[in-house]
Amino acid sequence: MAANPMSQFEVYSIGPKIQIGSFDLSFTNSSLFMVLTVAVISLFFIAATQKKSLVPNKMQLIAEMAFEFVSKMISETAGKDARPYFPFILSLFLFVLVANLLGMLPYSFTVTSHIIVTFALAFFIFIGVTIVGFAKHGISYLKLFVPSGVPIFLLPLIIVIEVISYLSRPVSLSVRLFANMMAGHTMLKVFGGFVVSLGILGGWLPLGFAVALTGLELLVAFIQAYVFAILTCIYLNDALNLHH
Amino acid sequence: MEVEAAKMIGAGIACIALAGAGLGIGNIFGSYLSAAMRNPSAAQKQFPNLLLGFALAEATGLFGLVVALIILFAF
Repeated sequence: MAANPMSQFEVYSIGPKIQIGSFDLSFTNSSLFMVLTVAVISLFFIAATQKKSLVPNKMQLIAEMAFEFVSKMISETAGKDARPYFPFILSLFLFVLVANLLGMLPYSFTVTSHIIVTFALAFFIFIGVTIVGFAKHGISYLKLFVPSGVPIFLLPLIIVIEVISYLSRPVSLSVRLFANMMAGHTMLKVFGGFVVSLGILGGWLPLGFAVALTGLELLVAFIQAYVFAILTCIYLNDALNLHH
Repeated sequence: MEVEAAKMIGAGIACIALAGAGLGIGNIFGSYLSAAMRNPSAAQKQFPNLLLGFALAEATGLFGLVVALIILFAF
């Protein structure tokens, strides 16, 4: 019988148990893969910018492509006011992308398949964007909830809807990433289980599916990182340029 | 009815959300293709919007999956 498809998401502590108050702060496999993610990104960029030349070599080219991709994304969606937030968006995009891609390795752990990780990211983005909005526009940032050109008798209803949709941003942002990663990895495991249970005769069909799904998951890993970053840009745009 | 059986049925019903996600994704890619056939030179510029719309539509289906999982494991 194949293993439980959800067992890949299990968090267990490695190393000594650290307990402060009622919080268990042990180093887990999730923390290990977060450290790995940051290490991979840092080492890659350090190595890529070691020998800077006008005609880039392969690694420098990839680093420049990532840089330009995010730079273009920000200038197209949030305008030039969002320029100071470029380092944040770039690190966010790369963290989510590399965490997703590291999770695609067999027997590894997908950091972003846990809702608390993605929710923490999304919630800090939400708080940050709200602070940016109030810092830039003061109390008139609340105009975000009052779309222009709405009949006055509809306003009470519209304002409530706008506030709810604003408050549900961190939830939808985090659940999107978490559910995509979790669903994809569960599906891969389920098809892997079919290969085992159908054996040498019937197992080839699900094996083919599993290979195709791995390709799809690589695409999803990139798209979700992209969507996470671009939605952050769109939220920033709302906060920086009040154009309602 | 047994609670366990009701949970299973509820989780199965929650997967109906996938119908909407399928409609949405099909609609997005279909519209993109028909628009791209009419004006291929403008297609490349709308590709990021295609991915964004795809991800937004797909997420609604996955919310159904999350509901199913909550029904199965959280209660």
